[in-house]
Amino acid sequence: MEQFDLGTIIAFAIGAILVENIVLSRLFGCGSFFGLTRKKETAVGMGILLIAIMGLSSLFTYCVYQWVLVPFQLEYLRTMAFMLLIALLVQLAEMVIKKYLPALYHMLGIYLPLMAGNCAVLGVCLSSIERNYNLASSVLYAVFSAVGFLLVAWVFTLVRDRIEENDNIPKSFQGFPITLIAAALLAFGFMGFSGVQI
Amino acid sequence: MKVKEYFKAGLWTENPVLIQFLGLCPALAITTTTLNAFTMGLCLTLVLIGSNVLIALLRRLIPHHVRIIFYVLIISGLVSLVEMILSTFFNDLYNALGIFVPLIAANGILLARAETFASKNKVLPGLLDGVAMGCGFTIVLVLVGLIREVVGSGTIFGYTLFGGISPLSVFALPAGGFLTLGLLAAAAQFFRNRAKRGSHDGTV
Repeated sequence: MEQFDLGTIIAFAIGAILVENIVLSRLFGCGSFFGLTRKKETAVGMGILLIAIMGLSSLFTYCVYQWVLVPFQLEYLRTMAFMLLIALLVQLAEMVIKKYLPALYHMLGIYLPLMAGNCAVLGVCLSSIERNYNLASSVLYAVFSAVGFLLVAWVFTLVRDRIEENDNIPKSFQGFPITLIAAALLAFGFMGFSGVQI
Repeated sequence: MKVKEYFKAGLWTENPVLIQFLGLCPALAITTTTLNAFTMGLCLTLVLIGSNVLIALLRRLIPHHVRIIFYVLIISGLVSLVEMILSTFFNDLYNALGIFVPLIAANGILLARAETFASKNKVLPGLLDGVAMGCGFTIVLVLVGLIREVVGSGTIFGYTLFGGISPLSVFALPAGGFLTLGLLAAAAQFFRNRAKRGSHDGTV
């Protein structure tokens, strides 16, 4: 709203996507991250859907917080209110997708309702409140955070493809442990962006 | 005997973090010190016990179609309660855990136990399951916290451990969280494989 030029938006984008990536440096939504990156199609489909869900939920949670919870001094109810809003939004998205995009619905399957329990969505909504962002900044921050999730999820599916093809992994590390170690290496890479100031 | 089974499942065979890979978000994020890890474990255990008992009590009253919304409401209400208690009586810990206290509401363990266990069982099994799963979660978190604190900051419960040696500070960073949990999961898999091999008499 105030002084929103292209430069601010780009700075926001780089900040949310690379410098403090929600998965690798803020560690929000790690659970769904590992569940979703088994297949490239689900990772990309969910990532794109997450952009919409996160943008909308930060819009709604901001409005509810500033216009309902703050005036009535009910800030302590924010966790409940936000979770309820996100769950309703996910349920709505599920209904819309089931009706109009059945192919996508079958592809995403069980992951769609689980989005209500995705701590990335709640985490981003709560962070923008804690950082005192205004409405436009909150939505921008949420959207770019979701883009960051999409980017890392896509990269990580490629990494997991390599892991799948490798037969030389020690028995104790096969499956989940090596996936976590791979994520650690990716996080090491993203540490290179930390401290970048725009 | 029955109680033992619950704890065996919660601590080892169905451990929420190491076997089911749920609740990784707090397990990676706040385990930079042992105390934070223990507090997080305790908070989640309290919420899990509460939500398991409430959902088991109300399981016949909750309509199947909108059950997720009900679970979310119950869980987030309990999380708000824990948040208020923590911020009133243990403000330092509350500030250290920061946003990850309200984020318990979105933790996968809670919804998973509600859906797969509490909604199908009576109150007492729900309670036992909550205690056992919560203990399993807490123990893994404390282990990760202990490793990360000792290796990453060279302290234990806040006390400096070895003076002259500088710690491997990467273990205190997010990447170190992934690394520690990965190594711990590998260790768990090693022991599980060995136990399996032992029972199959060497035939893998």
